[in-house]
Amino acid sequence: MTTIEIHQKLQEAFGDAVGPLGEPKVDAFAVVKGDRIVEICAWLKKAPGIEIDFLQDLTAVDWPKRNVIEVVYHLFSFPHRHGIVLKVETDRANPVVHTVEGVWKAANWLEREVYDLFGVTFTGHPDLRRVMLPDDWVGHPLRKDYQEAGGFHGIPNLRENPLVELRRLDLVRIAEHLKANPPPPPPPPAPPPAAAPAAGTPPAPSTPPAAPQA
Amino acid sequence: MSKLVLRRVDRNNEEMLINFGPQHPSTHGVLNFLVETDGEVMRRAIPDIGYLHRSLEKIGEMVGYPGYMPYTDRIDYLAAMFANEGYAIAVEKLIKVEVPKRAQYLRAISCELNRIASHLVSVGTMATDIGAVTPLVYALRERELINDLLEALCGARLTYNYHRIGGVAFDMPAGWQEKVIAYLDRFDSSVQEWDRLITFNEIYKKRLGGVAVVSREQAIDYGLSGPNLRGSGVDWDLRRDAPYGAYPDFQFDIPVGRGWAGKVGDCFDRYYVRVQEMAQSSRIVRQALEKMPEGEITAKVPRKVKPEAGEVQSRIESARGEMAYYLVSDGTERAYRVRARTGSYMAMGIIEDISPGLMVADLVALIASLDVVAPETDR
Amino acid sequence: MTQFSFAFPKPGTKKLIVGASLGAVLAIPALLASLLVFVIPMVHKPLFDAFIREKLGHDPATWIGTQWTYALAFFVAGIVMFTFAAITGGIFSWYERRVAARMQSRIGPNRVGAGGFLQWIADAVKLLFKEDLVPGEADALIFRAAPYFVVAGMTLVLVALPAGQAIVVADLDVGIFYILAVTSFIVVGIILSGWSSNSKWSLFGAIRATAQIISYEIPAGLAIMVPVLMAGTLSTQGLIKAQGGWPWEWFFFRNPAAAVAFFILFISQLAEGNRTPFDLAEAESELVAGYFSEYSGFRFALYFLVEWANLWIIGAFATTLFLGGWQIPGVTTQTWAAVRGSGSFPAWGWWALQFVSLGVFALKTLFLVNVVIWIRWTLPRIRIDQMMTLCWKYLVPAGFAAMLFTLLWQMVATWVPVVERVTALLVLAATVYVTWRFLVQTRKNVSLIAHERVDLTNW
Repeated sequence: MTTIEIHQKLQEAFGDAVGPLGEPKVDAFAVVKGDRIVEICAWLKKAPGIEIDFLQDLTAVDWPKRNVIEVVYHLFSFPHRHGIVLKVETDRANPVVHTVEGVWKAANWLEREVYDLFGVTFTGHPDLRRVMLPDDWVGHPLRKDYQEAGGFHGIPNLRENPLVELRRLDLVRIAEHLKANPPPPPPPPAPPPAAAPAAGTPPAPSTPPAAPQA
Repeated sequence: MSKLVLRRVDRNNEEMLINFGPQHPSTHGVLNFLVETDGEVMRRAIPDIGYLHRSLEKIGEMVGYPGYMPYTDRIDYLAAMFANEGYAIAVEKLIKVEVPKRAQYLRAISCELNRIASHLVSVGTMATDIGAVTPLVYALRERELINDLLEALCGARLTYNYHRIGGVAFDMPAGWQEKVIAYLDRFDSSVQEWDRLITFNEIYKKRLGGVAVVSREQAIDYGLSGPNLRGSGVDWDLRRDAPYGAYPDFQFDIPVGRGWAGKVGDCFDRYYVRVQEMAQSSRIVRQALEKMPEGEITAKVPRKVKPEAGEVQSRIESARGEMAYYLVSDGTERAYRVRARTGSYMAMGIIEDISPGLMVADLVALIASLDVVAPETDR
Repeated sequence: MTQFSFAFPKPGTKKLIVGASLGAVLAIPALLASLLVFVIPMVHKPLFDAFIREKLGHDPATWIGTQWTYALAFFVAGIVMFTFAAITGGIFSWYERRVAARMQSRIGPNRVGAGGFLQWIADAVKLLFKEDLVPGEADALIFRAAPYFVVAGMTLVLVALPAGQAIVVADLDVGIFYILAVTSFIVVGIILSGWSSNSKWSLFGAIRATAQIISYEIPAGLAIMVPVLMAGTLSTQGLIKAQGGWPWEWFFFRNPAAAVAFFILFISQLAEGNRTPFDLAEAESELVAGYFSEYSGFRFALYFLVEWANLWIIGAFATTLFLGGWQIPGVTTQTWAAVRGSGSFPAWGWWALQFVSLGVFALKTLFLVNVVIWIRWTLPRIRIDQMMTLCWKYLVPAGFAAMLFTLLWQMVATWVPVVERVTALLVLAATVYVTWRFLVQTRKNVSLIAHERVDLTNW
C-alpha cells in the first residue's frame, strides 16, 4: 500500500484528527491531533492490511517561529513493507503528549531521548528520565533557544583557543629570555669618511649595509 | 520528571548493587550498567549512557551540509563508511542529485569492506568477553589489512570521510583492485579458520546458546534492526528489501538466525549471523570489483548546498543495524535538524527488559552479542 | 619451507651484552637444576651426616645443637625449593607469553635479554618499585596478610612434591593426604583478600573462586585415590617407585580407570589453579581481576607468582601420580643402588643420575605445562553454574566409578599380573594412535588456511 492509501484509510477511521498529507516535497507526512495519537497508533498496528509493527524512529523538531515542537513518528510495516510519517504538534511552552510505549516498546528509549533533549513530557511513560545527559542537567539542548550554562558542577566549558594560549606563553617566555640575556648594545656609528680621496682614484666600493637584526 | 528508583537493597540476602563500568574491559565503549544482583543472578541491569555524548545532532545545525560529513564518521567510528553513506544519500534526496554508477559501486565496496572490519571487531571482542583471547588477535590481524586497504583508498584508517554529497571523494588507486582480491582470497579461508577455532567450540556454544533469547515479536517491538533482528529470525535486510545504491546489482544471501546452538534469537544466533555476513560481504565486494563501470566518481553538486525547505529520511543497512538519517531543511545553507537514528541505541533499550534472571556472565554475553557501541548510543 | 633467520642478535649489539644475555639464559636453569640436585638431597639426615663426616671431617653427634642443625638444614631446603618455584614461575611467565604470542601470530617479549628471557626479572623489579597501596576502607591487617596465605599454601604443597630420585624436601608417609589438605590454604588466602578489599567486585571474585576450588577438591581427591590404590602408599616417592621408567609401567597406562582418573585430575587441577577455562575468579573481561583487583605492587606480584608456580605444581602432581615421575626408562632400583656405591656418601655416578632423573621429571612436567598453556589460550571460559554442573554431575560420579573399578582391578591384577601388562600395551597403542590422528588433523587444518606457513623468522 502506498502512503497515500494508508493516509486515506487513516482519515476514514479517524476523520478530523488526521490532517492532510503534506505535499511530496521530499517525504510526505501527516499531522495528527496529539490527544488521539495513541488510538491512531494502536489502530495502525492492528488494522488488517496496514499492520505497522515497527516504530522506526520517534524524534522531535523545534520550531520556535511557529511556537510548536513537532514530535515526529516514522512508522513502518515489515509484513507489508509500507510506512507513513506522522507528526504531532505540541505547544512549545508546555509540550505534552501521551506516550505510545504501550503500542511499541521501542518508544520507551526514543521518548526518553526526546524528553532529555527537547523537554517534551510523555504522560504515561513508565520511566521518564534523562537518558544521555546527567540527571541534574538544566535545560534541553536541542531546543533552538538553548543557552549553555557555562559549566557543569564547576567544570568550565569555555577555554581559550589553544593556539592563542600557546602563543601567549611563547611571548612570555621570549620576554623572560630577553630580560635574562639582554642583547649587546648596537655599535657606535662609524666616524665620517676622510677627506675626499685624490681625484682619479675610483671611490672604494661600499659594502652594502648590514641587514637589520630581526 | 521521575528519578530512578532502585529497590532498596535487602541486607538479609545477598543483594548487591554493582556498577558495571564505565571503565570496564568488556563494555564496548564507555558504558555504564547499574546491576542489581542477587548473588550471581541479576535482578535488573539498567544501562546508564551518555559518557560519549558529543551533541552531534546539534552540531549538524551549525555547520553546513557538506561540512557535516566528517562528523558523521564519529557517529559510529567502527563503521564510519555507513554513517557517511547514509548522510550523503539523505542530502542527495533533498537536493535531488543522482549519483553516478561508478560512485555507487565504490560506495558499496567501501561500505562492505567496512562491514567486514566492523564485524571482525564485534566478533573478536565478543570472543574475548567470553574468555578466549586468541580469536580477538586473529580478528584484528585481518582487520589491519582492511585498514591498510581503506587507507590506500581514502587516506584514513578509522574515520574515513570518504563519501561526498553526490559521490565519493577519491577513485581507486592503481593496483588497489588486485590487492583487494588478494585480501579476499586470504579472508575467505580466515573465516573458516575462525569457525574452526571458536565458533563450534563446545564451551562457546554452551555460553551463548539459549542465553538472553529475544523472540521475533520482541525484536520487532523493541525496534531492533540489522544482525540483532536477523538473529531473532526476522528475514529483513534493507540491502535486499529496500535497496539503495548499487545493491540491486549484486547477489548475496542474508543469514538469518536458526537456533544453531539452542534457541532462535539467543546470543549465538546473533553472533553467527555476523560471522556469516562477513563471508557474504566478501562476495559482494568481489562482484562489485568485477562489474565496476567506468564513469565519474561524483555528480555535479553546487558548492553551497542550499536545498528547498522540506524533510527527508534515508535508511541504510549499517553494520550495527539500520541507520536512518532524518534531515529537515528550511531552505538555508544550514540544516534545520539532523537526526541519526542508530541501531545500537535501540539495542540498549532492550537490555533492561531482557536482563532479569540472567547471570552476570550472561550480561556480558548479551551486551557483546547485541554489538552496542558507545558512539552510536550517545552520539 | 622453513626459513631460519633469527632476529637476535641485532647487528650492532655489543658482543659483551649478547654474551651476557645468552649466558643468563643458560645459566639460570643450570643454576636451578644444580641447586635442586646438590642441595636438597643433602639436607636429609643420612647424606647430611655423611657429608659432614667425610667431606668436612666433623662429627655431628658431638655438637651441642644437633637437632637444631638438622632443622636449619631443612629450613634451607625449604627455601631452596621455594626459590626454585619462584624462579620457575617467572620463567613460565616468560614461556607462556612467548607461546601465547606464537599462537596468535605475534612475537611476545623479545627485548629484555635473548628472546625476552629476562622479561620476568624486569617485571618483578618494576612491581617492587610500585606504590604500595592499601585502599582506604580496606581491612589493613588482613589485606596485607592475605597474599602470604596464598604463598604459604603453595609452598607447603611444594615441599612434599618430588623432583628427582632423592630430590624431595619432605618425603612424608602421608604425602598425598598432606598435599590435599594444605591446598585449601590457598582458599583461605583468596577469601581473605576478597573480603578485606572492601570492594564488591573483589568479593564477587573471591566467592566464585572459593566455590570453585572447594568443589573441585572432591573429584581431585577421588582421582587421586586411583594411583594410591594401585601403589598402596600415600607417600609421593612411594607412588613413583611403584611405577617404572617405561611408558607401559606408568599408572596412566596400566589401568583404564587410571587414564580416566588422569583426565579428571587434570581438569580438577586446572580448576584449582584458576586457569582458563576455569578462571572465572579472575575473569578479566568481567571482574577485571577479581579477588586481587585492589592489589598493586609486590603483593600483586605474589599472586601472579603463585599462579605460575602453580603451573609447576599441576604438572608435577600429575606426573608424580600418573606418568611415572622421575623414573628413567631402563634404570631400576638395583641400578640406583649400584651407582650409589657402597660408601655412605654417594659416588659421582649417582649424582649424575640424579640430574637425569630431574631432567626426566622436568620433561614430563613441562609437557603438561605446555598443555595447560595451550588450553588457556584456546578455550573460552565457562560460567559458574556450568562449572558446578561439570564438577558435581560429571566428574564426581566418574571419579567414584574409577575408584571402584580400580578396587576390583587391583584384585584381578594381583591374581593375574599379566593382565596389567597387556592392558598397558593396549592403552599405549591406543594413545599413540589417537595422537597420530590428532597430528594428521592438525596438519590438514594448517594446510586449509591458504596463507599460513610455518614461519620461524621472527623468533
